[in-house]
Amino acid sequence: MTSAVSFQKASRHFGSVRAVDAVDLDIVPGEFFAMLGPSGSGKTTCLRLIAGFEQPTSGSISIFGERAEGVPPYRRNVNTVFQDYALFPHLNVLDNVAYGLMVKGVGKAQRHKAAEEALSLVRLPGYGARRPGQLSGGQRQRVALARALVNQPKVLLLDEPLGALDLKLRENMQEELKSLQKALGITFVFVTHDQGEALSMADRVAVFNDGKIMQVGTPEDIYQQPKTRFVADFVGSSNVLPPDFVQRYSGQHRWGSLRPESIRVGRAASAGTSGEGVSARLVSTNYLGATTKLALDADGLRLHAIVPAGTALPGAGEAVVLTFNREHLHLMDEPA
Amino acid sequence: MSLDAAMMRATAPAILPGSGGLRGALSDLFWRKPKVLLLLMLLPPVLWLGIVYIGSLFALLAQSFFSIDEFSGLINREFTLKTYGDLFQAANLDIILRTVTMAALVTLASAVIAFPIAYYAARYARGRWKALFYLGIMLPLWSSYLVKIYAWKLILAKEGILTWLLAKLHLLWVLDAWLSLPIVGGNSLSVSFTGTFIVFVYVWLPFMILPVQAALERVPGNLVEASSDLGASPGQTFRNVLFPLALPGIVAGSIFTFSLTLGDYIIPQIIGTSRLFIGQAVYSQQGTAGNIPLAAAFTVVPVVIMGFYLWGAKRMGAFDAL
Repeated sequence: MTSAVSFQKASRHFGSVRAVDAVDLDIVPGEFFAMLGPSGSGKTTCLRLIAGFEQPTSGSISIFGERAEGVPPYRRNVNTVFQDYALFPHLNVLDNVAYGLMVKGVGKAQRHKAAEEALSLVRLPGYGARRPGQLSGGQRQRVALARALVNQPKVLLLDEPLGALDLKLRENMQEELKSLQKALGITFVFVTHDQGEALSMADRVAVFNDGKIMQVGTPEDIYQQPKTRFVADFVGSSNVLPPDFVQRYSGQHRWGSLRPESIRVGRAASAGTSGEGVSARLVSTNYLGATTKLALDADGLRLHAIVPAGTALPGAGEAVVLTFNREHLHLMDEPA
Repeated sequence: MSLDAAMMRATAPAILPGSGGLRGALSDLFWRKPKVLLLLMLLPPVLWLGIVYIGSLFALLAQSFFSIDEFSGLINREFTLKTYGDLFQAANLDIILRTVTMAALVTLASAVIAFPIAYYAARYARGRWKALFYLGIMLPLWSSYLVKIYAWKLILAKEGILTWLLAKLHLLWVLDAWLSLPIVGGNSLSVSFTGTFIVFVYVWLPFMILPVQAALERVPGNLVEASSDLGASPGQTFRNVLFPLALPGIVAGSIFTFSLTLGDYIIPQIIGTSRLFIGQAVYSQQGTAGNIPLAAAFTVVPVVIMGFYLWGAKRMGAFDAL
């Protein structure tokens, strides 16, 4: 089967800056694909390479099997939802949504009808006569989505579309986007720096760093079996354990990772009972509502643990003993 | 060290005493009543504009309703519309039409030339190139207007560099063909309407470039990308996104180019034919002819035209994107 989007050793260099560096990537048709990474990691440049705003300096890119290098954005059947929406301020909402059909020469009545339908799809029926300036951030976001979807693109690109929304709205939109994608069956490529967003929405996630893809996999893969220290740290702030520490528990001299929720925190028993567990000192506690996050200091190694709220906790500065299930200790591919 | 800082914090007052004196009192007053400061700042310019500028404009308007006694040459200070009637004499109407046509053409040409320059400056020029752009636009404004016009007279003259250059390029026939045309032609460029047009465009061009550049600067780059993403070719993006969003700037620039051309009397006097423009008509009516009322009536013409122009621009939605 042809990939929806395929990168073969695609690079985009800006002078000496390697924004995207020899990336190989295959996105399956109909999947919800997330590109996750910190700012400057090359994820947005990858998106712009698909949209056609950037051209690869080397390597090749194909969209549904067709070579895309040198093809201008307006000849790609790919649409983008921009980070700050990029709605046309001089057009009303309906004309914004109908813009893509207008430039393709679709008649006024027909394109307005299609735009109305797209607005209903994003649950903004009857908003057509308003100006973008009269809408809230969440509504603008929906208009931008409708404006892209009305063209029935082969691939929909979303560049941190939820970044400017407040938490509640963002959670609603996450669910909506996901169900919309399932209903429409369009390939979605979603760029975000929010690991929670990527994990909760995507079928597969690519983690970017320094212009390279560090790991591609399902959210479970990425979360539970990070291959490198970077992925472990960036996706869900795993505890990254140095080889010497790992060797004591697994016998292998490799970097390891341990999810904060896998750590159990107990009070240090009376002195002398040295047994299982890592002795540590509680540095601080951070109340997060459903859970409490603990910062711990295990002989110079900074660890985090997450415990359910309501757990009886020792005071800051007190000695504690940490225990964990050995199978939760994940060994990473990265050499020591 | 930190202990000292803590001590300082403990003993420091929460409210600082006033600085006292007249300055302190004034600062406090301006803070409490910002409108007082606003009034003080605006009073001198408002007085200047209100009395010296608007006042003289109204004096001018009043003059235009007087008439001249054709025998004695004295001004008859009685209300009449006779002077305005005189404007519609064939010779005077000719002057008005000629001036308005020239102003419209100059504005159009300025907009066409200014847009690519402004577009480059707004979207591509950075750092040193941007500084160079501003310098290039402003530099001609630093030298005297008269010097520039006389320089152009030399450039456009029959013995001038332009004729020489075209001769070297074996393109003199193009110039000759153009000069042999009626109305726009003449003996040489420096005594033709074409020459007047070229110099007008040159002199007013900066006043078009700067507002258009400012307008384009405010157009977010991602709107152009969004348009392209939605399938618009560069031409469609220009028509549907860039031009409408730059229109307020073009209108602002055209107000300058149009009204400055309407009122100018030096350029057509030095470069061009002997046919008059409004500015020259005003100059000769109030000077040699001593017909102040007719001069005043002529002056009102550009004011009225600009009024209609702005009204039309507003109707067209030129200010919607502001």
